[in-house]
Amino acid sequence: MKIGVVVFPGSNCDHDCQYVFKDLLRQHVEMIWHKETSLAGLAAVVLPGGFSYGDYLRTGAIARFSPVMGAVKAFANKGGLVIGICNGFQILLEAGLLPGVMLRNTSLNFICKDVYVKVENAATRFTNRCASGQVLKIPIAHADGNYYTDPVTLGGIKANAQVIFRYCTADGKVTPETNPNGSLDNIAGIMNADGNVLGLMPHPERSAESILGNEDGRLIFLSMLTSFGASELQSKLVGA
Amino acid sequence: MKAKIHVTLKQGILDPQGKAIEHALDSLGFKNAANVRVGKYMEVDVNETDAAKAAEQVKQMCEKLLANTVIEDYRYELQ
Repeated sequence: MKIGVVVFPGSNCDHDCQYVFKDLLRQHVEMIWHKETSLAGLAAVVLPGGFSYGDYLRTGAIARFSPVMGAVKAFANKGGLVIGICNGFQILLEAGLLPGVMLRNTSLNFICKDVYVKVENAATRFTNRCASGQVLKIPIAHADGNYYTDPVTLGGIKANAQVIFRYCTADGKVTPETNPNGSLDNIAGIMNADGNVLGLMPHPERSAESILGNEDGRLIFLSMLTSFGASELQSKLVGA
Repeated sequence: MKAKIHVTLKQGILDPQGKAIEHALDSLGFKNAANVRVGKYMEVDVNETDAAKAAEQVKQMCEKLLANTVIEDYRYELQ
């Protein structure tokens, strides 16, 4: 199975994502420069974290017009699996592949720390290896993670179980105190209606290996592989 | 023609930068300062002599890229 990791000017988590899929999960990984216009042969695409185009104008606003994004949209519209992490999430929002926008954190600070998120929907292609309500410890690192959308859209994504991760306490209580950035309804990650595009602010690639002290994030990548079928997974997951 | 473009947060959208500046103004003694909102100002030279055509182009620039109309309003003047 081949996973594509898109590299924008200013991406800086691209190699971490490559490492997780290639070295930890034994998959083929192709790094895709943002000028590419074809995603042929890929099973899934990762939009990694970083500061594409220096976050100029708005986070993700310029990256969404990179040549590769036309191909990412077409890939997603055909049902291809797309995950956007942090800046990748911001790009998915600007590109309209997910609803809503990111505002500046209410504290105005860049926040870099471990947080707890609750898996609100475990029946997805990104969370099938988690239990419903499971709490994952995954770090965040962003200045613009304050998710916002209009009340009608918010009602829609909640009703449709598209809110996948919410900030919570270590024992899974979703409270205002656990909201690091002012995000609406403690939202940390959402999915599109078709279930093949996920955006999340936490960085699972930074918590995917025990040597880093925590491998909760690995469950998200494993879920993606699992969604392609267990038999393929078993043949590929040597040493995972 | 030169377009002078202002992009501002819509009413009701929380503006933490504006709030921080408002508090700083207050601490400097500007007790009458209220409702500070931070926006963006951009200048664009548009290679077009027809004002109506230039206006249409600037409008499209704002809609497509310069403003995120979910949270931002824009206005512009052409000179």
